[in-house]
Amino acid sequence: MLPEFGHFALILALALALMQVVVPLVGTYTGQSRLMAFARPLAAGQFVFVIFSFLVLMQSFLTDDFSVRYVAENSSALLPWYFKIGAVWGGHEGSLLLWVTILSVWTLAVAIFSRRLPQEFVARVLSVMGMISVGFLLFILLTSNPFTRFLPNSPTHGVDLNPLLQDIGLISHPPMLYMGYVGFSVAFAFAIAALMGGKLDTAWARWSRPWTTVAWAFLSCGIALGSWWAYAELGWGGWWFWDPVENASFMPWLAGTALMHTLAVTEKRGAFKSWTVLLAILTFAMSLVGTFLVRSGVLTSVHAFAASPERGKFILALLGIAVVGSLVLYAFRAPVVRSRATYEGIFSREIMLLLNNVFLLVALLLVLLGTIFPLILEGMNWGKISVGKPFFNIVFPPIVVAVAILLGLGIFSRWKRTETRHITHRIVWPAIGAIVSGVVLCEVYGAFRVWPFIGCAIAIWIVLTTARDLWEKSGHSQGRASGLRRLTRSYWGMVFGHLGLAMVILGVTIVSNYGVAHDVRMGEGDSHMINDLKFVFTGVEHVQGPNYSAEAAIFHVYRDGKPIAVLYPEKRKYTVTGQVMTEAAIDAGLFRDLYVALGEPLEKDVWAVRLQYKPMVRWIWFGAMVMAIGGALAISDRRYRIRSRRTVETDLAGGKEGVSAKPGEVSA
Amino acid sequence: MRRLMLFLPVVLAVILGAILYNGIGKDPSHLDSALVGRQVPDFHLPLLQQPDKMVGPEQLKGKTVLLNVWATWCPTCEMEYPYLMQLAKQGVYIVGVDYKDDPAKAKQWIEQRGNPYAYVIQDNKGTLGFDLGVYGAPETFLIDPKGIVRYRQVGALDSQAWKNKIKPLIDKIGQGG
Repeated sequence: MLPEFGHFALILALALALMQVVVPLVGTYTGQSRLMAFARPLAAGQFVFVIFSFLVLMQSFLTDDFSVRYVAENSSALLPWYFKIGAVWGGHEGSLLLWVTILSVWTLAVAIFSRRLPQEFVARVLSVMGMISVGFLLFILLTSNPFTRFLPNSPTHGVDLNPLLQDIGLISHPPMLYMGYVGFSVAFAFAIAALMGGKLDTAWARWSRPWTTVAWAFLSCGIALGSWWAYAELGWGGWWFWDPVENASFMPWLAGTALMHTLAVTEKRGAFKSWTVLLAILTFAMSLVGTFLVRSGVLTSVHAFAASPERGKFILALLGIAVVGSLVLYAFRAPVVRSRATYEGIFSREIMLLLNNVFLLVALLLVLLGTIFPLILEGMNWGKISVGKPFFNIVFPPIVVAVAILLGLGIFSRWKRTETRHITHRIVWPAIGAIVSGVVLCEVYGAFRVWPFIGCAIAIWIVLTTARDLWEKSGHSQGRASGLRRLTRSYWGMVFGHLGLAMVILGVTIVSNYGVAHDVRMGEGDSHMINDLKFVFTGVEHVQGPNYSAEAAIFHVYRDGKPIAVLYPEKRKYTVTGQVMTEAAIDAGLFRDLYVALGEPLEKDVWAVRLQYKPMVRWIWFGAMVMAIGGALAISDRRYRIRSRRTVETDLAGGKEGVSAKPGEVSA
Repeated sequence: MRRLMLFLPVVLAVILGAILYNGIGKDPSHLDSALVGRQVPDFHLPLLQQPDKMVGPEQLKGKTVLLNVWATWCPTCEMEYPYLMQLAKQGVYIVGVDYKDDPAKAKQWIEQRGNPYAYVIQDNKGTLGFDLGVYGAPETFLIDPKGIVRYRQVGALDSQAWKNKIKPLIDKIGQGG
């Protein structure tokens, strides 16, 4: 009976979402405060029903209710309980329910934390979020109901969760990623609400900034977790594949990063208003395009969701309504008058941030083109080719280099007008330091080559320019310690965000250029050298897991005769599906990973083995975490805490204060 | 004029939408086309119920055959089984391939659940499955009287696949198509 209640709760949530769209909106048009006030309780009500339905699905998994088709197809009785929870979003239907659940969480958050915003504005925001919710609830109820039953002949056991997804990464990666994806719907709703109200002022930018930053931080974590999961689970040590679905999460990230930066300009200087609104729409549109690409089956991907043309069409229709609708609104309502803010010289902070946007959008465009290239070709009847990794690896690094160089320059720039000399005399030492450490890093890891040198140099460049700026801004008459304390949290947010980026660039550069992978044939007692590391294959033993049985090989690793690690890579056979999986063994370290994966058994006791040495690979994920910490610091800034005590009126008059910001108050 | 420029994003979005729409419903992986239109691969395997009798591809000729690859270790096969029984009752000629399986268990399975198969080819090493390009059970192939593979169904055979894909093809083959 319970699954039917879950289904019914979703229908009720849809009804509430519809009301959440209509009632507050009518209120804003007729000026009835009573109607607008319905927005918050309706959002709360919707949240309750969606969460209920989500928990019901989870309960069906935990109790092995295989009469529910989705459970039978994605779980089995043998699956450990924590993977049963992960399995809730392991397939199309459940992950869509997770999408809607997270949307309702964000809606509720907006309803709670928007007490100080004008009622009319909140009514519009919640109404727009209701529209998104209506679309996705309809999508679930009409095409992808997770509560459909197998009746009357329900199976006695389930098909089991895809072994690839049986990993801690699956439990945490999708919720994190969706928090980011869906979180951009808040910035989108704010933008649409501002366009509807016809009042595109700096207050709007100030309100959407923390929401955008927090969604961006989640998305950064989500992408990093996905990358880590692929690395640990797919068994051959790759951490990014330019797979369509990875790109689908990367495109909103690029757009969101651009949005975060341009929001700063709009808030502080009142400039680029139309552009910022457009970016807010674009960012969420990219989230929707991502959802479409994953679920329509138009592209091949390692993330194979059961796709059908009906679902593809439905989601494309949703995408079309949302994007075309908002862009038409934009075309009619966006301000065309030149902003009153003035800025001059190519080194003013406004121009620097605009250039940052240009580069990020070029990057976005290239990723988008590379991803849908097969579709374009097929549309032209030129056959089916995917451009894949080589294309991205050629076009992407130059843009990263451009962004990084610009970042170092931009840190020193000031609003309105920056003397060229102000910048040039500050960058001399960081530039020299970057070049020298680039050469040194290359020599430490092996031979000097142009691309790794550039990669290392720009990463160090970001670090040194950031450090120099930090040094200058923390100067204080009562000593440096008190100067450092006086820096705002949002400034620290920027520092962390940029340092995180430097870590990612460094990790990517080193591991792609100086990582070593050897495919060798090894029997018991054989050994193999990688650099100064000796891998010895000691033997194989049988392991029995909860829902699989495995052969585990034992590898001892020595350096200069001293043991440094023991690794147990496995070849697992999952009992229910009969699927055979490689479980790589990783010895993780701050500066290097050792990675061993078993291939096929070649003959008795002789295996194909892949041995890998991966220097600094962890910095990629640590870097992403540092970026996310930066986001968290930025939103915990004092002005957001103080603002919550202020009244709306002063808030509306805001935006001016940013102009006279203290030097330390630069935005992230 | 500046106002008109603001319509540019809409135009771009519509173009992108058209590209995406065009991609819907086309299988990007071309899964089914590998063997379709070609002869059944050569094999020489015993029958499950008469292990001393060997059969080959010539056995499949002369009739329209549904070749169903299944195994006792495969839960989806269990889900699919009742539908196969139903088809067999309607007179559809189904041949089983017991794939990478224990023959004793397979025989017991058929005794317990009934037998929809005209006969079952015993492929416990998975060689025929390999040549057919099977990458999981169940899979079902439609083979015409000339021994040419006409359709491949990956995953459970259900009434939807039967009505929309297989039945129309069988009718076509019946008319000499």
